[in-house]
Amino acid sequence: MHLTQGCFSFLPDLTDAQIVQQIQYCLDNGWAVNIEFTDDPHPRNTYWEMWGQPMFDIADAQGVMLALADCRKHANGYIRLSAFDSSPGWESVRLSFIVGRPKDEPGFRLTRQEGAGRTIHYTTQPYAVDRPEGERYR
Amino acid sequence: MTDIVDTSASPPAAIDLKAEFGEAGLADMLSALDDELFGLKPVKARIREIAALLLVERARRRLGLTSGPPTLHMSFTGNPGTGKTTVALRMAGILHRLGFTRREQLIAVTRDDLVGQYIGHTAPKTKEVLKKAMGGVLFIDEAYYLSRPENERDYGQESIEILLQVMENHRADLVVILAGYPDRMETFFASNPGFRSRIGHHITFPDYDDEELVAIGDLILSKEDYRLSADAKEAFTRYVALRKTQPHFANARSVRNALDRARLRQANRLVHGHPGAVTPDDLMTIEAADILASRVFAPSLVDEGSP
Repeated sequence: MHLTQGCFSFLPDLTDAQIVQQIQYCLDNGWAVNIEFTDDPHPRNTYWEMWGQPMFDIADAQGVMLALADCRKHANGYIRLSAFDSSPGWESVRLSFIVGRPKDEPGFRLTRQEGAGRTIHYTTQPYAVDRPEGERYR
Repeated sequence: MTDIVDTSASPPAAIDLKAEFGEAGLADMLSALDDELFGLKPVKARIREIAALLLVERARRRLGLTSGPPTLHMSFTGNPGTGKTTVALRMAGILHRLGFTRREQLIAVTRDDLVGQYIGHTAPKTKEVLKKAMGGVLFIDEAYYLSRPENERDYGQESIEILLQVMENHRADLVVILAGYPDRMETFFASNPGFRSRIGHHITFPDYDDEELVAIGDLILSKEDYRLSADAKEAFTRYVALRKTQPHFANARSVRNALDRARLRQANRLVHGHPGAVTPDDLMTIEAADILASRVFAPSLVDEGSP
């Protein structure tokens, strides 16, 4: 199952050249770009692991691409880029999109829990999290 | 003949290099370099050559002739105060005008910025610097400090390996300029042959001669609205000749320091020894006494006959 999240989720995955352009757009706006990764792709999991610190003082997109290449080498699972705008006085996300995904995406299991009086609670759970952290996507 | 015209529908049939030269603002850049830096003939000639090469490279690219990204990494070797940093700044401008770097940016670093203190500290530090420098020029001053062959556990080697990798794989994104004193750079390159082969342009900065140093002094002073009196000029010429023979001589930097001290003495003279009000002329003029009070003249004090 092709996971979609954040900006451009309705488009095919961006190529590296397109990612570079998006990053450059963020940097030109003065936003700090941050790389995050996770192997728990549940949509409610907003707290992904950070790959290093947000890049506050970088002028050129290739600098971010350097870090992204590193992250892709080491992190299994999903990778996203977020751009933070600090101009209002606090950091707020302006743009966030997926830039890396595992080869195999098993998708989500839908669990129905039958409650009293025929009520049903629905839960989704990524198949991947059946395995321990770090071994989910190989 | 007609073939050439036909195929030139999208790329231009010919490129006027002279016009390109002016258009890219190179003429201004190079003449600014001439005005700002005295002497350094071989360096300027070399920069002109490089600029011409880049211009041709760009023209070739436009005409669709094969050209990969050229190797632009450089090494500047020369004694202290010969203008390596200034030229590197200009170089960043030239490379940007010609479109070989995406931004006119020069990040100057030394060993401390690249090499960490403990295991696992170096790689992130070096990568941090590289990330910042991407798209522009990375200027590594006193590059030979990166490698300490006498200490095999030194972290400098790790930094060097990362640098080499980026220099090779990101030739279109980053230009690295290594700078340092000639003899030590020689040993550095000898122990790191990877660097030598990845550097396209080795530029040697010669020392300034006496005349040039005096002219540099004049330029520094005139920029700050000072001038030397006729006597002071003569004294300064002698100062330069003497200073050169003493240890720790750093060419233009020594000249600047000497003039800073002369200004200090001038200020002191004006405040404590000047009768009556000072005129703008007094404030501008550095007298022979301000220069002759220098320690450089100390051994020959007896000959000078001055206190």
